[in-house]
Amino acid sequence: MNHLLNARFLFGLTMAVHIIFAVLGVGIPLMMLIAEITFQKTKDRDYAIMTKRWTKTFTILLGVGIPTGTIASVQLSVLWPSFMEAVGKVISLPFQIEIYAFFLESIFMTIYVYAADRISNPLRILSLTLVTIGAILSAILITNVHAWQETPSGFDYVNGEFLNVNPWKAFFNPIFLTTASHVVTSAFMVGSFMIVTVAAYKMLRKGVNEREYKFHQKALMIALAVGGLSGVATALNGHDSAMKLHIFQPEKLAAAEGLFETTANAPLAVGGIVDPNTQQVKWALQVPSLLSILATGKPSGIVRGLNEFPRDEWPPLVTHILFDSMVGVGTLLILLAVLGFWFKRINKDRRFPKWLLWGFVLSGPLSIAGIELGWSFSEIGRQPWTIYRVLRTSEAVTTNGNMGLFFLIFVGLYVLLGVITLLVLRYYFKRHPLSKDLEKIN
Amino acid sequence: MSETQFSIALLWLFIFIYSIAGSLDFGTGFWSMVYSNRKDTKAGDIANKYLSPAWEITNVLLVMFVVALVSFFPNATFTLGTALMVPANLILVLLSIRTAFMVFAYSAKEYKTILNRVSGVTGILVPALLVVVLPITHGGFIQDVNGVLQLPLSKVFTSPTVYAFIGMAISMTLYLSALLLADYASITGDRSALDIYRKHSMWIGPFTILLGFLIILAIKNEANWLYVNLRNYLLWIILSVLSFFVGYWSLWRTQNDTNEESRGPRIALISVIVQLFFASYAYGKAHLPYLVYPTTIQESITNSAMYRALVVSYIVGTFLMLPAFIWHWRLFIRNREYVK
Ligand code: HDD
Ligand code: HEM
Ligand code: HEM
Repeated sequence: MNHLLNARFLFGLTMAVHIIFAVLGVGIPLMMLIAEITFQKTKDRDYAIMTKRWTKTFTILLGVGIPTGTIASVQLSVLWPSFMEAVGKVISLPFQIEIYAFFLESIFMTIYVYAADRISNPLRILSLTLVTIGAILSAILITNVHAWQETPSGFDYVNGEFLNVNPWKAFFNPIFLTTASHVVTSAFMVGSFMIVTVAAYKMLRKGVNEREYKFHQKALMIALAVGGLSGVATALNGHDSAMKLHIFQPEKLAAAEGLFETTANAPLAVGGIVDPNTQQVKWALQVPSLLSILATGKPSGIVRGLNEFPRDEWPPLVTHILFDSMVGVGTLLILLAVLGFWFKRINKDRRFPKWLLWGFVLSGPLSIAGIELGWSFSEIGRQPWTIYRVLRTSEAVTTNGNMGLFFLIFVGLYVLLGVITLLVLRYYFKRHPLSKDLEKIN
Repeated sequence: MSETQFSIALLWLFIFIYSIAGSLDFGTGFWSMVYSNRKDTKAGDIANKYLSPAWEITNVLLVMFVVALVSFFPNATFTLGTALMVPANLILVLLSIRTAFMVFAYSAKEYKTILNRVSGVTGILVPALLVVVLPITHGGFIQDVNGVLQLPLSKVFTSPTVYAFIGMAISMTLYLSALLLADYASITGDRSALDIYRKHSMWIGPFTILLGFLIILAIKNEANWLYVNLRNYLLWIILSVLSFFVGYWSLWRTQNDTNEESRGPRIALISVIVQLFFASYAYGKAHLPYLVYPTTIQESITNSAMYRALVVSYIVGTFLMLPAFIWHWRLFIRNREYVK
């Protein structure tokens, strides 16, 4: 049992680390592209400097994003061999196509970085666009496998055998498009809000001069716009995801909302702790009928409760906290973006107040928390299944030992890589301060 | 060709491509470490010129191989995945340290030396460990203990075959990369760097042939089935040895070739790739019909529907990406301006 827990921790850890670099790998190229296009349109050199500095950041992050992704893909086979055997038989297509997305991203990234001075402007934009598309495609394709785990389709499962496999039916599984769009827009949120964080932090610094303040404010405003719009999109397709849960994984939704009895007019429990003994959500704010409305579109809609399902197939009840925190993060970030634009509208020339800037500083880490919470909710909420109602996690895990030791080794590795990444970023930007870049264009 | 044969041929092709790309990548990293602090020669810069635009793509090739194994031979994935838990995780740790530190070294110039050392050393260990998977597939290592597949590491690391393969991986890595860099140096007309890498190649080259024979000897003792099969491919082995001599002869000639841009290293590089091709063809063919002895490829192949979808996606994907590959090649590998 301990062995299984270690394997879950180890894989969860790898993914939790990879996802940070991966979403930045999706979001930052998008921001680079937007800044590069803005530059070519407005001829304002500040945007060229932004692109340049974000590109540098991105290439440093790639140094960890790529190896952690490689770890993820190999660890899937060594930690969950039965799962990967099933993947090989039914859903290897997205993995396979993803290779080409990786090629797309890495080839054009290399061209964009190392051949920048040898290619024309339109070709630079083209390269950057292809980098962004490649990154988005990798996110979509890997999410495809995840979506299939939640709503497995495209095969008949008979006596432990996968028969009548239809790879494209597996690929276009019921929640694929919903999930993929949610993952992509949330990745955009992370890329842009991290830029908001850095810009706001720089604007708060004591010695910042007017010229630099203006520069950071430009970065802040475009990032806030992208972040806010992606936030709204994320909330909308997140709502779609929840409706899909209602149809395809009702016990996951029930656990997320702490609903025990199947009922119409189901209330939405906001916050609180789910108590399985009293079958209630302690300390929660109950909004009458809202869950029914959200899940089915009408107050009289019936939402199924946990008691309809065998106890040993209940997802862990902490998912309620994870789900509510994710939604909370989303709501907060949208509010922040709205606040920022509202303030700019009524006070055109005034600087942002300190408290708002501190709010902006928090937005990037919050968005990363949102991603981690969302994934934890989705993965933990699928338990006890690795492939929903087909393969249990306890059957998927490797039988080989030493898991605890490797968990410790990888914790050490990720801490090392994380710390050095931060040090290298700091070191590099200390050596190449913004003031120097600005001087060059004057 | 049957579905099974085509799948294994494709897998073989991926191993072959990655063994070259990986050797160039890790070996170049190693040479970059050796020459990173030398002011008297540009040998280190030349190594970095190759490394920066190439490492990401090389890494995708590795992932591509893993994915192809999973996709085409899911049952073998189960066996190998279970058995290789420990070595695979070790390789992953080394690989990520290598990649990350190499990237860090580009940005933190002051700490370049130490970062380069770490990435150079871990980088040369990666191919040495990766190659251990090959002798493991010869059979005899993976044990079934009460239905649980295990890989006794003490057995692996006392086997002469394993060491012969490790030696081969290291020498091939250094040999191929030194030749590539000699060729790169000759494009730029940097005679001193060319001589440095030529000398290294001339020292390392003979080891690849020697270790090749050692591998065959070790296989004869430890995996006789493979040896018996290998004898059917004697012609290919002879061709491989001949290509080695062509390459070596061409290197030898370069010594006295005062022409700045010598063609010698190019011919040598191509000959070694041909040498590797013949040898891996013989090895791959002799390995059949087993993937992980005693499991045959027929027992491990995925279903027909999946097979067809995969092949279609390979064809479409490669076709779409071809212009990108060509552009990249022209910008970085075959471009005087860039290399200079
Ligand atoms: C910044 C990140 C972020 C934010 C603000 C939100 N989400 Fe989310 N959510 C994710 C990041 C995320 C994610 C990490 O991308 C997940 C995990 C797995 C997945 O498919 O997407 C996810 C999963 C996920 C699922 C589970 C899907 C499944 O298990 O199959 C639901 C129902 C929602 N989300 C709903 C929402 C709603 C209603 C939000 C309202 C604002 C919301 N999310 C904001
Ligand atoms: C939804 C979660 C994921 C997203 C959004 C994502 C996205 C990305 C992105 C954008 C990259 C490019 C590198 C970078 O920018 O840092 C990347 C790299 C990579 N990812 Fe993920 N990934 C996810 C999960 C996974 C999983 C589960 C696997 C394992 C199967 C995986 C395997 C890889 C590999 C192998 C690489 C390196 C590719 C290379 O060699 O260039 N990723 N990922
Ligand atoms: C990148 C974002 C992701 C994060 C943060 C993440 C996190 C986690 C966590 C925390 C677990 C352990 C859950 C538990 O056992 O309670 C887990 C398990 C797992 N995840 Fe993910 N995951 C991510 C993406 C993916 C994707 C895209 C795939 C599909 C390829 C995937 C496949 C799996 C598998 C096979 C397991 C193990 C079996 C299981 O616990 O169900 N994960 N992941």
